[in-house]
Amino acid sequence: MATKAQSRTTPLTLISLALVALWLIIAAFPFVWTFWGSFKVQSDFFSKADWMNAIYGVNTAKETGGAFTGAGYYGAWVTEGFWRNVLNSGIVVFFTVIISLTFGTLGGYALARSGFRYAFWILMAALVFRAMPHITLVSGYLLPFFEWNIWGILPTTIIVLVAINQPFTLWMLHSFFLNIPKDMDESAMVDGCTRFQAFRHVIIPVMWPGVITTGLFSFLLAYNDFAVTAMLLSSENETIIPAIASFLGTTQVEGKVMYAVAAVVSATAPLFVLILFFQRQIVSGLTAGAVKG
Amino acid sequence: MKHRTFFWFILPTLSAMILFIALPIVSVFIQSLFVQHEQVLLVSESCGPFGCEKTTSIDTEATAKLREDRPLGRFNGFGTYTNRSHLAFAEVGEAWATSESFGDFWGQVLNLPFYRALIFTLTYTAVVTPLVIVLGLAIAVGVNNLPRLLKGPSIFVSLLPFLVTPLVGSLILFWMVDGDGVIGATLQYIFDDPSLSLKASTSLTWIMLIVYGIWHTLPFSFITFYAGLQTVSKDTMEAAMIDGASKWQRMIHVVVPHLMPLVSFVTLMLLMDNFRVFEPIVSFSAEAHATSLSWIIFNDLRESGNPLYGSAGATSMMTIVGVVILLTPVLIRTWRDFNRKAH
Repeated sequence: MATKAQSRTTPLTLISLALVALWLIIAAFPFVWTFWGSFKVQSDFFSKADWMNAIYGVNTAKETGGAFTGAGYYGAWVTEGFWRNVLNSGIVVFFTVIISLTFGTLGGYALARSGFRYAFWILMAALVFRAMPHITLVSGYLLPFFEWNIWGILPTTIIVLVAINQPFTLWMLHSFFLNIPKDMDESAMVDGCTRFQAFRHVIIPVMWPGVITTGLFSFLLAYNDFAVTAMLLSSENETIIPAIASFLGTTQVEGKVMYAVAAVVSATAPLFVLILFFQRQIVSGLTAGAVKG
Repeated sequence: MKHRTFFWFILPTLSAMILFIALPIVSVFIQSLFVQHEQVLLVSESCGPFGCEKTTSIDTEATAKLREDRPLGRFNGFGTYTNRSHLAFAEVGEAWATSESFGDFWGQVLNLPFYRALIFTLTYTAVVTPLVIVLGLAIAVGVNNLPRLLKGPSIFVSLLPFLVTPLVGSLILFWMVDGDGVIGATLQYIFDDPSLSLKASTSLTWIMLIVYGIWHTLPFSFITFYAGLQTVSKDTMEAAMIDGASKWQRMIHVVVPHLMPLVSFVTLMLLMDNFRVFEPIVSFSAEAHATSLSWIIFNDLRESGNPLYGSAGATSMMTIVGVVILLTPVLIRTWRDFNRKAH
């Protein structure tokens, strides 16, 4: 309950509100600006003369006849074949999420229910693995993958992303399963279920909130990855993010940079939708490990 | 849970982690002990009327065959670790012996690729982490004071920079600070210097990368602290108020101590993520002025046609050691907590 004394406006409150306002502008402006600019031509979006050009699209109107143009999107999706990268990303992300959740729920459940010392050591090892820069691991994959001739294809990347995802998934689901009372599955076992039956009939029906939250973060990790996908995929199998990075190599040619801008906006769109629908789950997932200490 | 059941439950995840995380570390270590083959030289003697002449040429066929037969290269022991591109003992020693002042020595060391990357990585981590924690706390308190209707949208907006792909997020900022982009052009206008470019100077590049880092990770600390603020006990706050504590005093003496466990959690996460800083350097094409440990590994592997596995392996091993050093305090603390619980 806000009392009069609490809600009194002090300079401190004003400063903190100003800070929040400033932050919100800094957080949102780049996205709004780039989204708006992606429908302009390069000489407007990168206008040396007057930044207002990017808003009104002076040169866009001159060059294309309208204040907005989809040329960047057409160039990226059709000319440069960005749709193929989107398809690849879809495949990689889908399988990575499904497999890592399957592995993660089984392992997380086991770790949450085992009081033995080795369970603790597995969690500690997972923490160290979680902290390692992904590129350090990639340098270990390349040579063996070349030797075994499995470099450059999607399944290899999927299984690598699953493995890199595991430490995080394990921690998250482990702390989630700790919150499901032990009595539930143990009473099922007293009634004659095996451990696996108890897991299937008692735990699986109640685990979905935790699994969905973890799945969101697995999705983000697979979708946002650059180090692994850039090094392990051949150019025809590239996913979205390395594809955008390779667009950059060709930015010198006039007009191409707008392809990259359009691709960047296209790559951000799914994340925007994700936050729109799953804001609550994302926030609870971010704080899950923290609030429990 | 019985050992047997535990084993079957943990098997898929454990085998994934062993095969693709633990074994690659071993493989990285082995690679780091080898360097790529030297080219096979062919010495042929051609004798003419004016005596014999020795010519050396590269035997490409034999070189290719050797590379194919033994792709690891030739054994080099810890030579790669100490060479010029890594710890550079010889160069550092020489710089120490020849330089006149400490600054001079420092300047010479910073020209060595590994130390350059290490210093940037550490500076980035050490600057971004505390700033993000302090600013995140301030914004969390601010948002907590907002009317309920505004809280949801402001969290939504804040999540964007955090969840956006690092490569994409840094590109978006890069285009804006470009000489022709909106921020870059405005800065040129303000300082009345049409040649001003954030990309051209080392210190400005560093600042730009650090600003990106703050922009990208601030939401994480903000949201964690915001969640923590919801659990501050109202009774304690009221008691402090009755005792005459001002808003600021309540903040420092009640809220901050309450959030202390969260601060250590956020610090840990931020340290781990900032230490692997990599994508912004690719996006900003900042490698001329700032490189990070992850970036030099990437660069070694990208070496067209002939990736330097040994060199990348050595840097990777040293990075892993760095990560373990960073994590040691946390590991020790968790170990103590676990033992206390067990007994």
